Amino acid sequence: MIRLLAQVSLRHLLARKRQSVVSLLGIILGVAFFLSISSMMQGSENDFMKRLVDNSPHITIEDEFRNPSIQPAELAYPSGAVQVRRVKPLTETRGVRGFQQILDQIRTFPGLRASPVLAGQALVSSAGKDFALTLNGILPAEYTSVSTIQNYMVIGSVSDLIANPDGIIIGSELLREMSLQKNDNISVAATTGQVHTFKIIGVFHTGRASVDEGMAFVALKRVQALLNRPNRANEIIVKLADANQAQVVATRIENRIGYKSVSWQEASQDLMSTLAMRRIIMYSVVSAVLVVAAFGIYNVISTVVMEKQRDIAILKSMGFHAKDVERIFLFQGVVLGLLGSAVGVPLGCVLMLSLGTLSFKFPGSTDRIYIVMDWGLLQFTMAIGFAMGASIAAAWLPARKASRVDPVDILRGGGQ
Amino acid sequence: MTVAIRAESLTRRLAGEVPVTLVEDIDLEIRRGECVAITGPSGSGKSSLMYLLGLLDIPTSGRVLLNGLDTSSFDEDRLADVRLRELGFVFQSHFLLPEFTALENVTMPLRRLGENSEAEIRQHGSDLLDRLGLSDQKHKLPNQMSGGQCQRVAIARALANDPPVILADEPTGNLDTASSAVVQQIIRDLAHKHDRAVAVVTHDASFAATADRIIRIVDGRVAPATAQARSA
Repeated sequence: MIRLLAQVSLRHLLARKRQSVVSLLGIILGVAFFLSISSMMQGSENDFMKRLVDNSPHITIEDEFRNPSIQPAELAYPSGAVQVRRVKPLTETRGVRGFQQILDQIRTFPGLRASPVLAGQALVSSAGKDFALTLNGILPAEYTSVSTIQNYMVIGSVSDLIANPDGIIIGSELLREMSLQKNDNISVAATTGQVHTFKIIGVFHTGRASVDEGMAFVALKRVQALLNRPNRANEIIVKLADANQAQVVATRIENRIGYKSVSWQEASQDLMSTLAMRRIIMYSVVSAVLVVAAFGIYNVISTVVMEKQRDIAILKSMGFHAKDVERIFLFQGVVLGLLGSAVGVPLGCVLMLSLGTLSFKFPGSTDRIYIVMDWGLLQFTMAIGFAMGASIAAAWLPARKASRVDPVDILRGGGQ
Repeated sequence: MTVAIRAESLTRRLAGEVPVTLVEDIDLEIRRGECVAITGPSGSGKSSLMYLLGLLDIPTSGRVLLNGLDTSSFDEDRLADVRLRELGFVFQSHFLLPEFTALENVTMPLRRLGENSEAEIRQHGSDLLDRLGLSDQKHKLPNQMSGGQCQRVAIARALANDPPVILADEPTGNLDTASSAVVQQIIRDLAHKHDRAVAVVTHDASFAATADRIIRIVDGRVAPATAQARSA
């Protein structure tokens, strides 16, 4: 029976070749554009997220508390009538106190790696040129387990800092701008006024200008001395085996140690909202292409239904059910959707391959950026799903109309 | 002879600001092996009666019994099933599906029924076309055949599921004299040689005169004086 309905359906479409081909083209282009654009957007988002997750700490334990600590008077007299004002907190050296004990504690979490960092602003001078940079004091052996900086090293290695406590690793842009090379000495002045001379033992290149010219790594002890913060770190960087668990683990860490623990999701909340909004806009736009194509299908099937009133009447008089008639025209939508997807997907793949070869150089980036395409199954499923949905929805209205044709009205009118 | 189709107090009115009565209080029965001509002036309700007998239209009151089975309580799908198995229609225009060959048109009801293999269906369709003298037209589209040939294909299609009742609405109305004579003979043979109940709406007095009985419809009612039996 299905075969019979499919045959009637196909003959109707073939009888109106030109209109069928035009509406088919709409679906083909719709699928191809949907696929290529959504793949491009998702690819760039995935790439961005990967960079974000890989290059950023999954959790950053900061040297501050999420809520200000309650003053002793308030603790002692929570409902007291007298308010103690102008309480001046004790001035103390900033940073995470007892970071080594904290590290020992949090390392009990399964799959967690952590490393302390003491970061501060500094001024680097060489040959009369001054550049501001962020000086990161690290424990090289631990830091490489929580950071991807080793992957970006173009000269030397992060572990060289172990053997050279007075060594510094700087970015390629800073090296270029200051006309320096490996083993040159540079003077670094901290905000405390202390100055120390470091030897360049390594160079990294991330491709991001702000990092490559404004970031440097030295041994933790040296930064503690330069910033006058002995035995302090102002950040603990945490990496997890599963980055998606960051929010949960951050909350547990914060509950346990008290210091503000920020997951990458929390740190990137604005960005996530922007990405979600971008996704909504993108899918709205690419879906609109398919909606327009669906109007083409609606048009061609409506026309077929109008023209085939007499045939519908005769089919019903023969004993075809209303549902059979509806299926005949729904099938036309399915056929157009399937054919459109079958041709649209390869065309979309060609577009995706072409887009994947394009590269751009954006301000703030030292390298050319290639468009990353997402070849995931989800993209193909969505493109085909949207195409089928739009085609079937477009066919459904005329199909229902066809199923409601009263054969007597048509036969009485002579069917012309 | 067994009564194949019976109408009891059949009335059909169209609602509206001015209600129109198409047929009113019609009682009739048609037996197997009998060819009945339904005649009357234009607009008298002949075709409306045919649609009611053919279960294409629902009577306002009264009922149609097919082989003794009351169809008045049937839903749309059940009525369609009855049409598929029990009724064959032939219209003034052949109403063949233009995208399908003669054989495909004929086998369509059989394929909808879905009770036989594709080979059996094709063989049966082919036999029907052979019987109606259309052996060489099987693979032609309707626009490649003459009006008479198309009408014979339509008759073959009406016979495809071997229905006991054939309803023909002006089957020779669009045909030339020679084709008309052939079709008339085929229709009479359906009743007399193949034991089917045949009702033919016709304006053609000579065709009506060859029927076993004539039922004349005037203003939606059976005109009693005109009912007669050819064999009487």
